[in-house]
Amino acid sequence: MNFPEDLKYTKEHEWVKLLEDGETVLVGITDFAQSELGDIVFVELKEVGTQFQQEAVFGTVEAVKTVSDLFAPVSGEIVEANAELESQAELVNQSPYEAGWMVKLKMDDKSQLDGLLSAAEYKAHIGK
Amino acid sequence: MPFIPNTDADRATMLQAVGASTFDDLISNIPEKVRFKGALNLPEALSEMEVLEELNALANANQDTQKVTSFLGGGAYDHFVPSAIGAIISRSEFYTAYTPYQAEVSQGTLQAMYEFQTMVARLTGMDVANASMYDGATALAEAMLLSVAHKNRKEVVLAGKINPNAVAIMQTYGHGQEIHIRQSALENGGADLASVRELVSDKTAAMIVQHPNFFGCLEDVHELQKIAAENNALFIVSADPISLGILEAPGNYGADIVVGEGQGLGNTQSFGGPYLGLFAAKSQLLRKIPGRLSGMTVDKDGNQGFILTLQTREQHIRREKATSNICTNQALNALCACIYMSMMGKEGLTQVASLSIQKAHYLANEIQKLDGFKLKFSRPFFKEFAIELPIPASQAIAKLLEKKIHAGVDLKMAEENGLLIAVTEKRSKAEMNSFVEALKELC
Repeated sequence: MNFPEDLKYTKEHEWVKLLEDGETVLVGITDFAQSELGDIVFVELKEVGTQFQQEAVFGTVEAVKTVSDLFAPVSGEIVEANAELESQAELVNQSPYEAGWMVKLKMDDKSQLDGLLSAAEYKAHIGK
Repeated sequence: MPFIPNTDADRATMLQAVGASTFDDLISNIPEKVRFKGALNLPEALSEMEVLEELNALANANQDTQKVTSFLGGGAYDHFVPSAIGAIISRSEFYTAYTPYQAEVSQGTLQAMYEFQTMVARLTGMDVANASMYDGATALAEAMLLSVAHKNRKEVVLAGKINPNAVAIMQTYGHGQEIHIRQSALENGGADLASVRELVSDKTAAMIVQHPNFFGCLEDVHELQKIAAENNALFIVSADPISLGILEAPGNYGADIVVGEGQGLGNTQSFGGPYLGLFAAKSQLLRKIPGRLSGMTVDKDGNQGFILTLQTREQHIRREKATSNICTNQALNALCACIYMSMMGKEGLTQVASLSIQKAHYLANEIQKLDGFKLKFSRPFFKEFAIELPIPASQAIAKLLEKKIHAGVDLKMAEENGLLIAVTEKRSKAEMNSFVEALKELC
């Protein structure tokens, strides 16, 4: 199971990638999360422009047997949502850290990143 | 014949099994003072023969459409039901009150649902339809809930006159979710466009129109659709499926959701139910559609098969996140509609619609010739119209029933004066002429 070192993680199984501009992050769910959920059939994301507080729900991910909430790892605003997922939700299974990204968030408070887990801490959290 | 067929020996065995010696012993933990003593206020027991006699007498007191010529409408109509429907639905594979779930549902039932969905989608001009809902009114209320969930807005606007019973159900459904239902003003029996423009805003989840409306009038659906679209609100159309044999399919004029009462499609009136809710939508709303859908697929060997699909929004998976908790459908009524549509075909349905509209207009013209009678509204209408008459509608209804005619629906239920008259393809010229004669004699 893959947990890239350059990403930050949450206890709710989201990953966060800081983009080059230093203002925005990509968010998705981890390899562990997709494998626990099984075949993902639908991803529902809030609209671009929606504002969030950290840990607020920014969408849901529907697998064959369950529906899970997606929690914002940092406060901010959705500036882009992955439109590919509307027709190809399976990308989340196939490529959780690349093609299966979910939203791009513009952060309100970059210091919140410091509170997130490192790859090693996340691995410890899930017992891997 | 005893009503509860337990013998004394049966009772003794049951009491012994639970460790009680007598019935009083069994209920000993119920305090004496709350136990009912004395005789129940019930008539003497009757024999089976006497019960049948009594029930037959009650049934014969009904003034049903076999005995009385019906001009009743307002949501339930006396359309012709081909005999083949009764024969086919009576097959034991179909004739059950039980809703089969995924594990037990047969391929035949699933295929019937699939065919029904396909026909409803084609009739309404929509991308997808579900396997049916309780009735037209609950389908409309579910469409309202869908729009509120989809748009994340709490208001809906009723454009024009919607069946008051359906509105009451929408209010019940919307009560807990604090949905605000706003009614536009009426103009000549239909939606007042200026009033609709005023009410629809960026807070509106959906604009809802019944077409033909409760008074039978046609609404300016093209103009209404524009107003909904300009405000990014869903456009929900409640349509009489029979009317779609002749009127434009709502999908062609931009409806996002089309619902309707399917009773007219091969289902008997049955004193008010069970009926059949039609629910069709654009494919973008597929994942939010309430109820169950049957889908066609192939198995691992490539053979065609049918499955219940995309019903994950309800209790199975979405649970508290679902937009609806409906998890069943009116399978037998949907089957009636499915058989009806397949027997009628496109041309047959068009013929039913044309005959209904022509006959309704003939009757409306004849009634207008009577002194003191006139059409209440001047809008175009389909098979139903409202009239004003020189005496209260309730009196006319009572007098005509003496002549074995159901004159129509008293518009008091819509807080109006007048009579709502429906004409189906079943009404003969002679029946309509008798109706006019009977009305003439009233004054």
